[in-house]
Amino acid sequence: MCLAIPARIVELEADKAMVDAMGNRFKAKTTLLPDAKLGDVVLVHAGFAISLVDEEEAKKTWELFAEIENFEKTQNKLSG
Amino acid sequence: MLDRILSAQHTIEQACEEVGREITIMEVCGTHTVSIFRSGIRSILPASLKLLSGPGCPVCVTDQGYIDAVLELAQRDDCIIATYGDMIRVPGQAGSLETCGSKANVQVVLSSTDALQLAREHPDKTVVFVAVGFETTAPATAVAVKEAAAEGIENFCILGGHKLVLPAMRALLGGMNDRVDAFLCPGHVSVIIGSGAFAEIVTDYGRPCVVAGFEPVQIIESLADICRQLADGKAELKSMYGAVVTEKGNTAAQTIIAECFEPADGYWRGLGKIDKSTLVLREPYRHFDAFARFGLEDRPGEPIPGCRCGEVLCGLIEPRQCALFGEGCTPEKPIGPCMVSSEGTCAAWYKYGRRS
Amino acid sequence: MANNEPERILLAHGGGGQLTHQLIQRHILPQLENETLSRLGDSAQLDLSSSSLCFTTDSYVVKPLFFNGGDIGKLAVCGTVNDLGVAGARPVALTLALIIEAGLELEILEKILESIGRTARQAGVSIVTGDTKTVESGSADRLFINTAGIGVRLAGVNPGLEQIAPGDKIFVNGTIGDHGMTIISQREGIGFESQLQSDCAALAGLTCQLFENVPGIKFMRDATRGGLAAVLNEMVEAGRFGVEIRERDLPINPAVQAAADMLGFDVLNIANEGKFVAVVSPEAAEKCLSICRDHDLGREAAVIGEVVAASEVPLVELHTKIGGRRIVQMPYGRELPRIC
Repeated sequence: MCLAIPARIVELEADKAMVDAMGNRFKAKTTLLPDAKLGDVVLVHAGFAISLVDEEEAKKTWELFAEIENFEKTQNKLSG
Repeated sequence: MLDRILSAQHTIEQACEEVGREITIMEVCGTHTVSIFRSGIRSILPASLKLLSGPGCPVCVTDQGYIDAVLELAQRDDCIIATYGDMIRVPGQAGSLETCGSKANVQVVLSSTDALQLAREHPDKTVVFVAVGFETTAPATAVAVKEAAAEGIENFCILGGHKLVLPAMRALLGGMNDRVDAFLCPGHVSVIIGSGAFAEIVTDYGRPCVVAGFEPVQIIESLADICRQLADGKAELKSMYGAVVTEKGNTAAQTIIAECFEPADGYWRGLGKIDKSTLVLREPYRHFDAFARFGLEDRPGEPIPGCRCGEVLCGLIEPRQCALFGEGCTPEKPIGPCMVSSEGTCAAWYKYGRRS
Repeated sequence: MANNEPERILLAHGGGGQLTHQLIQRHILPQLENETLSRLGDSAQLDLSSSSLCFTTDSYVVKPLFFNGGDIGKLAVCGTVNDLGVAGARPVALTLALIIEAGLELEILEKILESIGRTARQAGVSIVTGDTKTVESGSADRLFINTAGIGVRLAGVNPGLEQIAPGDKIFVNGTIGDHGMTIISQREGIGFESQLQSDCAALAGLTCQLFENVPGIKFMRDATRGGLAAVLNEMVEAGRFGVEIRERDLPINPAVQAAADMLGFDVLNIANEGKFVAVVSPEAAEKCLSICRDHDLGREAAVIGEVVAASEVPLVELHTKIGGRRIVQMPYGRELPRIC
């Protein structure tokens, strides 16, 4: 009953965040995760971050997440 | 990942042999049903292991009466129905939101706060948010309600349909289907309520409970753990979704649910009335309740002739045992919600299982 | 644009009089420059090298009009060119019919016409005849386009479903789901920022190269609405054979997968506008892949499965990543984002 995927917080102001999943940026609210910080990886469901995700665990858990590291490295190279 | 899967497969085969009889594991969560089918896990499990889909599809267990209420509101000129995509094709007596609504007054939203935004943008209409889902989704609704209250947004309300997982599990074990040997527990509900919430199922009913994520590897490893427990005569609570599930859960989310909602008796398709199993708005948020605002009764709907969704939801029958399955009830022309909801058991069987 | 020109399309632009004339002369003809069209006859006169022809039509109602990687104009040319290409023809000429909602900004129309002209030139086709209609504000969603296309069939090339036999290989010329997810990402209400790009492209150059150099291409279809799942299910409908594909071999851009996961969509059901599915004899597969991978529009081509003997019910079966099997159904026709 719960489609949720891990994504990284790339913008955060009060409880309004922008999360990034492989370059796709979605709005998400962190109202339910008051301790969430910029750069954290969170689980997003129905527009809300519902849990922090440990990155090492994430790589073991989600096949696609393992590719995020490569993706983010490419992004960093592109933006110099 | 493949070696983990093969290892889990091996564990399952061995454990099932040791148990020696048919094992029934219930996936409580509809998203698990879909994941299991999509990944083809069923096709690699031994025949003696039966996976049953339970009442974990919130749209499926939403009673006919609720759906009829949504459709009634969709006909009104002064309303905009804001809903998650899941609800669009679920049939009521007079059609579905897809056939009854118009572009103007049925909007698919990704989030409860998008629904609230619609209310801000259309001050001349009342936005009714179709609030279905289990504990994973209830906090999102609560946040929107609180925001509406704080801003004094009057043209926003929710048609409350949130349900609680544990009362349903207890109702199942207490009467409807006590043949279930173990439970594959919902991963994201557990993120909110904590894995510890399922301890009572273990202690009161002696059934192994394993909280699983939704990737095929996690599901199959969880099934392996359950089979191993059954073979060893154990009944324990385990979480195999440590990446996001803690024992206590998300306390901020729990607090906000408690602030806005209180448990009430409610009607579940197939399970009938279950005590303290649904969430209704409490004061000071009651005026956001669409049932009250529009004078609608939250009552059970008329049963659909021939439809056995209820028994499917309890895991009493497999979809193919329903006479309507594939004959008259298909994803294109669904009769009951189990066929139309993307995670409905019947839809998953029809889409991903062998048809013969 | 001349100073005295209205900034928006008026109903009168479709009236056949002064404004229509102005629109054609000042804005349409310059972008689509070719001799046949310039004659502005009631019909275009064509002399084709053969009477063995392919003929197709499609209408384009995409929203938004402009998206990452293309626009409705580019789509209108590519879609029709591709329908000819996969049928084993070399596209020659297109018609262009515009239905414009009164109120559409002239600047927008200009941009789209420019795109149509550019795409047609790159694809080696001419827009030889056309039509412009306007409708009242509210009667069309900004702009609808219809194109029909005619092409000359390549000698000895006769692809068709009846040629497919168990053992044949199935391949695609690249990643799937790109176009549909890009459109969704720019749609009101469920939009999200992304770097996704539509794969909208004219494939006739590649398809002609394949047909002309590889005997044994049995069938080809472009995988537009309904995605790969729709094409494969259409193929097996007659019940003469089944299809098995391998999840591990499907070329999918991880960013597309992530976006689909976020919204609950199945990539197999998502539209493409620069991809075809081809069924070829086993001996031909290697060469087909090689030709594709040497071409800009086929770099990530891959064999994704095989044709198998028919079963009781027409089936498309997916061998999943974990070694299981499940069925790929014909998509309903509308992907809805879900939370569950």
